Amino acid sequence: MGIVRLTPMSVTSTQIERIFRDEYGRAVSVLTRVFGDLDLAEDAVQEAFTVAVNRWPGEGIPPSPAGWIITTARRRAIDHARREVLRDAKHADAARLLGVQEGDVHDGVPGPGLPDDRLRLIFTCCHPALAPATRVALTLRLLGGLGTAQIARAFLVPEPTMAQRISRAKAKIRDARIPYRTPSAADLPERLGAVHAVLYLIYTEGHTAGRGATLGDTDLSAEAIRLLRQLIELLPDDPESTGLLALMLFGESRRAARTTADGRMVLLADQDRTRWDRNLIREGQVLVRRCIELNRPGPYQLQAAIAAVHADAATAPATDWSQIVQLYDHLLALHPTPVVALHRAIALAETDGPEVALRIVDELDLDRYHVFHAARAALLRRLGRPRAAAAAYAGAAARTDNAVERAYLLRCRDELAAGR
Amino acid sequence: MVQYLLSIYQPDGDPPPPEELEPIMRKLEVLQRELREAGAWVFSGGLHAASTSTVVRAGGQGVVTTDGPYIEGKEHLGGFDVIEAQDLDAALVWGRKLAEATTLPIEVRPLQWGSCG
Repeated sequence: MGIVRLTPMSVTSTQIERIFRDEYGRAVSVLTRVFGDLDLAEDAVQEAFTVAVNRWPGEGIPPSPAGWIITTARRRAIDHARREVLRDAKHADAARLLGVQEGDVHDGVPGPGLPDDRLRLIFTCCHPALAPATRVALTLRLLGGLGTAQIARAFLVPEPTMAQRISRAKAKIRDARIPYRTPSAADLPERLGAVHAVLYLIYTEGHTAGRGATLGDTDLSAEAIRLLRQLIELLPDDPESTGLLALMLFGESRRAARTTADGRMVLLADQDRTRWDRNLIREGQVLVRRCIELNRPGPYQLQAAIAAVHADAATAPATDWSQIVQLYDHLLALHPTPVVALHRAIALAETDGPEVALRIVDELDLDRYHVFHAARAALLRRLGRPRAAAAAYAGAAARTDNAVERAYLLRCRDELAAGR
Repeated sequence: MVQYLLSIYQPDGDPPPPEELEPIMRKLEVLQRELREAGAWVFSGGLHAASTSTVVRAGGQGVVTTDGPYIEGKEHLGGFDVIEAQDLDAALVWGRKLAEATTLPIEVRPLQWGSCG
């Protein structure tokens, strides 16, 4: 394979790290198809990157880094298999590998009509037969190229626990034959829903302030957005994927305004809107318009539309609450859950007053959800019932694990107790 | 092809009254026929109540025999099918059909090996 000899010394470990993160999922997915085994594929890809780290600084980065990695990984795996055969061990694996023909491995860049292997891999990682926490870990590991230690740190789990979770999942994929393919058209909506849920979980984990959810230079929200962009490239016609991306971008746009310099939480209504990222908002708005044109509304698209209405308001009082209530009505019809009803009621407080909203909120069975108590508290405060409000803030604080949120809720309680 | 054990978990106690049980049995017959016609059927069985089971343990103190079942609970294995399928998705399609026919939860588990007759 030809090597572009740029200025070799300019190849930095950061560049290789970047390529690793961008191409890991593609390489693993291609080799999983070829070898029929995730572990073999991962080991081979990791070995190929080790070779790259040694060679690329001297030789320059090849024109198709992904192709180079896949070819190198495949050769290494086959070399191993030959040695295994000589040692008369692992016959089946080795025989399978040696049966791989050169033509089976394209350079990982699919031509027209050729499905991208990453799509198969994401459906395997997000298979409903795996526990939700496992789906998240596998997706980050196999498609995101994150290390077990990084994933463990992000989810506040000891590394051996995370390593065990991942290796058990791989064993289940192998032994129970969780398939490595794109689901049938009939199953696609449901299975795609599971993929969206995993990506949204990764995103919200990164978005919730103060959970130690940073990963050095990578953070989980950025990772979720990157993986979702890949998914949309592969399945461009799915409006819910587009809606979810818009929803994530609107959330990201407010990141700088969500906490003060000393790390305290700032509610949407109190945020300095000049600190919102206009580029992300513009992209979100374009995506929401595309969803509206496709005219197949779904829960993520509606949530994105609600976020877009907030983004359109120059100041909090300028928010078009009646449009937000309408969107929540639509969302509640599609997705009738108490959590949606709660958020609709919070919006309704702005159009119909806190009393109407509190009556709805009090009917909801959400005692374990801290936002329910925080919403009640805010409504009670507006209704001039400070003692009940303080008790509700305390109830909310007791139900969140997030230090930043808890500090905010306790501050609200203390203000009420002090009669301010 | 892989073989999967489809376990049917039944609540303990009396079986449902005939007017509920009969339609279930009819659906199960249809499903059994469908499994055979698809070439997916390997073996099936229905069990007597869990209270009829006996547990035997062999240890240092010799063999101890006790009244069963082994695991206490309100639900027990009531019957099973062993089927052959290409992958888990195919096995889950049969699992779903069995759950719909029986209205009971079905555990789908791959066999590591199996032998018969």
